[in-house]
Amino acid sequence: MLEIKNLHVKLEEEDKQILKGVDLKVGEGEVHAIMGPNGSGKSTTSYVLSGRDGYEVTEGEVLLDGENILELEPEERAAAGLFLAFQYPVEIPGVGNMTFLRTAVNAQRKARGEEELSATDFLKEIRAKAKSLQIDAEMLKRPVNVGFSGGEKKRNEILQMAMLEPKLCILDETDSGLDVDAMKLVSEGVNALRDGKRSFIVITHYQRLLDHIKPDVVHIMSNGRIIKSGGPELALEVENNGYADLLAEVEQA
Amino acid sequence: MKRAELKQRKLDATSARVEGMTLPAGAAWAEALRQDALSRLLAMGLPQGRDEYWRWTRPDTLNADAPKPATVFDAKEAPVFSGIDRLKIVFVDGVFDAEASDALDGENLEIMRLSDALSADIHWVKDAYGVQEKKAQDPVERPFATLNTAFATDGVVIRATGKVAKPVSLIYLHRNETSDAILHHVIRVEEGADLTVLENGPAAARFNKVMEVEVSDKAAFHHVRAQGRDHERRAVTHVFATIGQEALFKSFTMTANGVLTRNEVVLDIQGDDSMAHVAGAALGDGDFHHDDTVFITHDAERCESRQVFKKVLRNGAKGVFQGKILVKAGAQKTDGYQISQGLLLDGDSQFLAKPELEIYADDVACSHGSTVGAIDDEALFYLRSRGVPTAEATDLLTLAFLAEAIEEIEDEAIAEDILHRLEGWLTRRRAG
Repeated sequence: MLEIKNLHVKLEEEDKQILKGVDLKVGEGEVHAIMGPNGSGKSTTSYVLSGRDGYEVTEGEVLLDGENILELEPEERAAAGLFLAFQYPVEIPGVGNMTFLRTAVNAQRKARGEEELSATDFLKEIRAKAKSLQIDAEMLKRPVNVGFSGGEKKRNEILQMAMLEPKLCILDETDSGLDVDAMKLVSEGVNALRDGKRSFIVITHYQRLLDHIKPDVVHIMSNGRIIKSGGPELALEVENNGYADLLAEVEQA
Repeated sequence: MKRAELKQRKLDATSARVEGMTLPAGAAWAEALRQDALSRLLAMGLPQGRDEYWRWTRPDTLNADAPKPATVFDAKEAPVFSGIDRLKIVFVDGVFDAEASDALDGENLEIMRLSDALSADIHWVKDAYGVQEKKAQDPVERPFATLNTAFATDGVVIRATGKVAKPVSLIYLHRNETSDAILHHVIRVEEGADLTVLENGPAAARFNKVMEVEVSDKAAFHHVRAQGRDHERRAVTHVFATIGQEALFKSFTMTANGVLTRNEVVLDIQGDDSMAHVAGAALGDGDFHHDDTVFITHDAERCESRQVFKKVLRNGAKGVFQGKILVKAGAQKTDGYQISQGLLLDGDSQFLAKPELEIYADDVACSHGSTVGAIDDEALFYLRSRGVPTAEATDLLTLAFLAEAIEEIEDEAIAEDILHRLEGWLTRRRAG
């Protein structure tokens, strides 16, 4: 499904290397968690995967189903099945949430050579999906993320994910700013999308999200590299002991 | 000395300009009004580039003896407002076309051709024609409006005496590449009446239009206009309005294309508890030049005024906004809002703004803002990350930028129609 090979990334504007050889393989239907201290390169990894400006890949490649997506525009990556749930979803005044979603769904369908979804079918689908995320009609009518609470913004991200039906979902600190109930709701939304084929990369600081979204593999990232990978127990270890022990262990090795 | 010389040169140029023009004939009172306007014009002179009020918009092509030719655009789709049930009044190159127009009547409505009204003895028209134009010369001169009062050859006089069901739609067709049109409309919305006036079309190669509106107590006036298509056209327009008590005035203008458009709006809020909104959405590229100049006077208590002007500029286009709110002493509890924004789609375009507040009352809330910027990168990336291609995402954000202005149109069907035109313009630009 996704294969990141020896990825090196620096900031375009300054001579600062952020990723220093990331290797990661995510198989079909798998959930991978990436944890790590602040500034370790977790969010940069998600931005580089989704094609955000400002980063320069100096080495390595990223293959999605065998295709190197680093050459693709962000919209082409989306149409190829990649989705990034933003840590800070962007507010877009003047663009209705519904219009935004319909434009996105149909643009992707068009890019894949599929027929556009009719207004009625779209409405039916979005209503059903919004309901399960407790997103009311009013929220769908409002401008994208404008005046949404932190929890509403994150639920809105999951709604987009549900509507766009990507192959690979990257969740960048989706738990940040959420209370326990909201985190549960968002996690249920994510779990509903787990169908054995769709893969997930869950970026988080805290183990508690992983109680709700159970990962198959946990990676620890530090200083631009993945320094350790393991099962769900690795997340617990971090939760109990912090990153310091792990980092020291790697330094010594 | 230098100043006096410049003024003299300006006056000489103005005399030369009007020399070949004749004042249209009419009733004695009308001819006297026109003569008065001509005298006023000759005393103030037509604007020149040095004039403060015309610093950002060159008036020379408007002053020239003959208009520069403008290619007639052959549109493929039906014009704006085609789907709206309305009373059509058609002008071709500035001349009323009776055959193409609907019958000039309707419930709660009196309509007459200007030339007929100025030949008759209609008391309210006598008190209205050129009256607001004359009053609005202070504190800033508006000579093109005075020229219009003197020489307007056609137009309509409309009186609404109650709720008028269908909008009155003024359609300005452009067929002759060198036409020079001067139209003057006089509108009176009587107490408690409700009237919507639509305007669309390029009108002429050069177009000078004045609309004087009196909105009486408890009356409502809605105005939506679309100036579009024929890019080489030049237009200078004035809307003058006085607003009575508990009255509503709303005006929205969409402008797409045009090498020179100067739209002046001068509002005088005279009655308490009234509302006056003026909005505009303009988009153009290349040698597009668009100027909104607005002057709103609050001379009554508890009134609200809003100015919402948005311009989308690309490829060297230029947008100008000069907007003023004057709150007179005693106009307490005034709520004035003004926003002017330019969206530059590339680095070559320019947006020039001069917002002004002049307040003599001590219990008022007035806010104004003016911004200029590019498409928001964050929003653009967000859309693209959801699969929307750059061009489409840019259009979506452009329409979002214009939304606040479009929201000023109260009628949903008309707003929808305007939105489609804007979408169409963006799509065509993308294709071309």
